[in-house]
Amino acid sequence: MEKIPILRMGQFLLVTIQVDLYDRLALNLEADLVQMVSKTGARGVLIDISAVSIVDSFMGRIIGNIANMSKIMDAETVVVGMQPAVAITLIELGLPLTGVHTALDVEKGMELLRNKILVDGPENDGDDDDNASDSAE
Amino acid sequence: MKIEISKMLQKKKKQIIDLWMKNQLADAGLREDLMSNDELRVQSEELVDALLKRLNEENLADIDSSDFDEIYEILGGISITRARQGFSPRETGVYIFSLKDALLEILQQEFKNDATQLYNATIKVGKLIDNFGIVTFETFIKGREEVILRQTDEITEISTPVIRVWDGILALPIIGTLDSARTQVVMENLLQEIVNTGSSIAILDISGVPAVDSLVAQHLIKTVSATRLMGAECIISGIRPEIAQTVVHLGIDLSNIVTKATLASALKYAFSILQLEVRKKQSNSVKI
Repeated sequence: MEKIPILRMGQFLLVTIQVDLYDRLALNLEADLVQMVSKTGARGVLIDISAVSIVDSFMGRIIGNIANMSKIMDAETVVVGMQPAVAITLIELGLPLTGVHTALDVEKGMELLRNKILVDGPENDGDDDDNASDSAE
Repeated sequence: MKIEISKMLQKKKKQIIDLWMKNQLADAGLREDLMSNDELRVQSEELVDALLKRLNEENLADIDSSDFDEIYEILGGISITRARQGFSPRETGVYIFSLKDALLEILQQEFKNDATQLYNATIKVGKLIDNFGIVTFETFIKGREEVILRQTDEITEISTPVIRVWDGILALPIIGTLDSARTQVVMENLLQEIVNTGSSIAILDISGVPAVDSLVAQHLIKTVSATRLMGAECIISGIRPEIAQTVVHLGIDLSNIVTKATLASALKYAFSILQLEVRKKQSNSVKI
């Protein structure tokens, strides 16, 4: 079973979607990601979809769901690198993804996340230093 | 004795052309600047030639006869070229109707002594030429419409430039009404340019949009949302007082969108987001 790796970078989780998502994969990603957020106590989630060229309403909803789930677990979600065609499709589908932060590329997304965390006030995360390099199994 | 009109006219061809040319040259509205007299004569001869070749006793009264197809073609050609050259409809009309004068004059000479036949022939020829006139106008208008369509295409092509006003700031002045097709082009251009330049702020200037109705507003909101999805911020500028009035009266909610009155204030806002500052240079003479 194919899986999308979830990488941990300090306080953040990094997900790069390199394949075209099908429904099952997207649902697994959603489940894995909330698990990871809970396990690592991550403060931010960065999803890179620059390689995704096709989306449907289901995918749009999954991305929205992930953002909302992370938010109530106190982690901000940033979606980066959306293709113009994907953006237009989502808008035409009536999914403006309100509540999801967006950025042009990973670098800008990271900066945005850092600023968000700073604004919210830096906290001492106890589990920051133990499991240093964690990824989805 | 009954004279065949068509045969008679065919014999008088030379005379008809001369008379027609004389009529045309005598007309005050002759446009020598657009077409020389020689060209005019060639054009006229071609038409009279074709007409007289096809004309016979049966189809003289039947304007829908397929015999005239070739003539309609020639007329259409003349009409369209004239439309492109910039002749007014009146000048083109006069051109065709002066042929009627020439023909009627010939008929009058022939049937001097027979009023009934003159009357009959006049009616027939009159009808025929009138029909030619109608065909001419139809094609004339068609020719003009082609010109208009081509211009519309050109305008849409040039009307959506994406300008890079600063590092990381794009501006897109929209001029003319926004319809669905244009929004699509505008959106695609803007998003592609955002990717190409890595800009994080886009300014949509609508000071050139004559009116904003709910549909246009909808299109604007769509464009702004799409830019936001890409990870860039979109500012709408150039909101004129009338536009503000209509937007509020229509009950369109633009509160989630950053709007500015002028492009200058939008740029200022963009600078503040990018933490840039524009300052006046301190000149040395002041210090001394």
